Amino acid sequence: MFDASMMRTAPESRATQVSPILPLTMRDVVLRFGGATVLDGVSLDLGSRGCTVIMGPNGAGKSLLLKLMHGLIAPGSGDILWGGARPSEVMSRQALVFQKPVLLRRSVAANIDFVLKARRKDRSRRTALLEHVGLLHKADQPARLLSGGEAQRLALARALATDPEVLFLDEPTASLDPASVLAIERIMSDARQRGVRVVLVTHDVGQARRMADDVVFLHRGRIAEHSPASDFFPEPRCAAARDYVNGRIVV
Amino acid sequence: MQSIGDALGLAVALVLSGDPDLLEIVLLSLQVSLTATVLACMIGLPIGALVAIGRFRGRNAVLILMNALMGLPPVVVGLLVYLHLSRSGPLGFLGLLYTPTAMIIAQTILIAPIIAALSRQVLEDLHTEYADQFRSFCLTRLQTVQALLWDARYSLLTVGLAGFGRAVAEVGAVIIVGGNIDHLTRVMTTAIALETSKGELGLALALGMILLAIALGVNAAVQSVRMTAARQAYV
Repeated sequence: MFDASMMRTAPESRATQVSPILPLTMRDVVLRFGGATVLDGVSLDLGSRGCTVIMGPNGAGKSLLLKLMHGLIAPGSGDILWGGARPSEVMSRQALVFQKPVLLRRSVAANIDFVLKARRKDRSRRTALLEHVGLLHKADQPARLLSGGEAQRLALARALATDPEVLFLDEPTASLDPASVLAIERIMSDARQRGVRVVLVTHDVGQARRMADDVVFLHRGRIAEHSPASDFFPEPRCAAARDYVNGRIVV
Repeated sequence: MQSIGDALGLAVALVLSGDPDLLEIVLLSLQVSLTATVLACMIGLPIGALVAIGRFRGRNAVLILMNALMGLPPVVVGLLVYLHLSRSGPLGFLGLLYTPTAMIIAQTILIAPIIAALSRQVLEDLHTEYADQFRSFCLTRLQTVQALLWDARYSLLTVGLAGFGRAVAEVGAVIIVGGNIDHLTRVMTTAIALETSKGELGLALALGMILLAIALGVNAAVQSVRMTAARQAYV
């Protein structure tokens, strides 16, 4: 059986050393590329627990919002603070799983080892991590020959190897079959249960319903709505989100 | 002056007989050029990697310089090394002129820029793919460089091969700093030049055939390693 204690290294001891990473506060964040404003006046508060789902049509700025939160890109103006700290200061306490997993040209096991070694984690956790994502039997295979679902699960295991307090996922189940979607949702739910703050970008309304504690709806670079899932899913307040959830095409 | 037919016959006979002088020349060539390739990789790969991931002022100038140095004329490198190693030169006290070590130094200088420039291109392409993920992992610069070098290992094999090919085939640098001394610093290319000028086409042609065979063999070996790697999607 999977031993949950193998997954993380003593969260209590870490909590005593460092200040809490949450809540996240974003105020009037603007992001421009060239002349185009891709995110405009984004203000957002994320509480300390649960799973936030970010939805919205293509080009709404979902992936960019994720990268801004994580600190991979800097806003043109506005503030992003994690418990008072700038994103770059807390990046190592977060992990981002990219839409297209970037796997190293090594074996599946070596992909995990790389992160455990680079981040000075307990190397013996590799087996537990691979078992957790159902890839232990593929440990010796080249990572880049994995199927789409397997590759995404390996990327997830690698992200979890860093013991993130916040886990960002950018459309982790796009173009995967239902079984793979289920496997990945179980891994995400498990992380959330263990207290990892999950921020998930998805186009899959069903997935959003299954996973979300709160929903951020982005439309044309602005936050059109941020509601608890229990309010959003019966009936979103904003018209664009209502159309989107009800399967009408929103541009 | 022999006819081409006679020379060819002599060459084949020489190769097949395993002539000890011929073998000595071939082994020294390989020793010098392989050592130079390894040293040039130790110098060129870190430089290539640092320039590949670095964003600094004057980077474009560095790129131009690196690319220009790829075309260093071997005789010029030979001359510069000669000036430093000759009795009156700053490193003359080492007594290295006309030794295999001097030839290794010259070839290392000749091909290190090739390794640096070609590896920079390979590693920069790979870094474009890995950059966001590596930043998200909060890797140090050293960890990034190490990971890039390892993950590009099969592409870098081809880079090393390009350097080795240049080293083993050049004559200008080794003849100036080595002097083509029999049983001491005579390598394949300098021997070919000498024997040809003497009209001894048999030995020249035999060495030429071996040089070509080595080039073919090394390329085939690298290609097969790369194909194995490609099957595992590691290239």
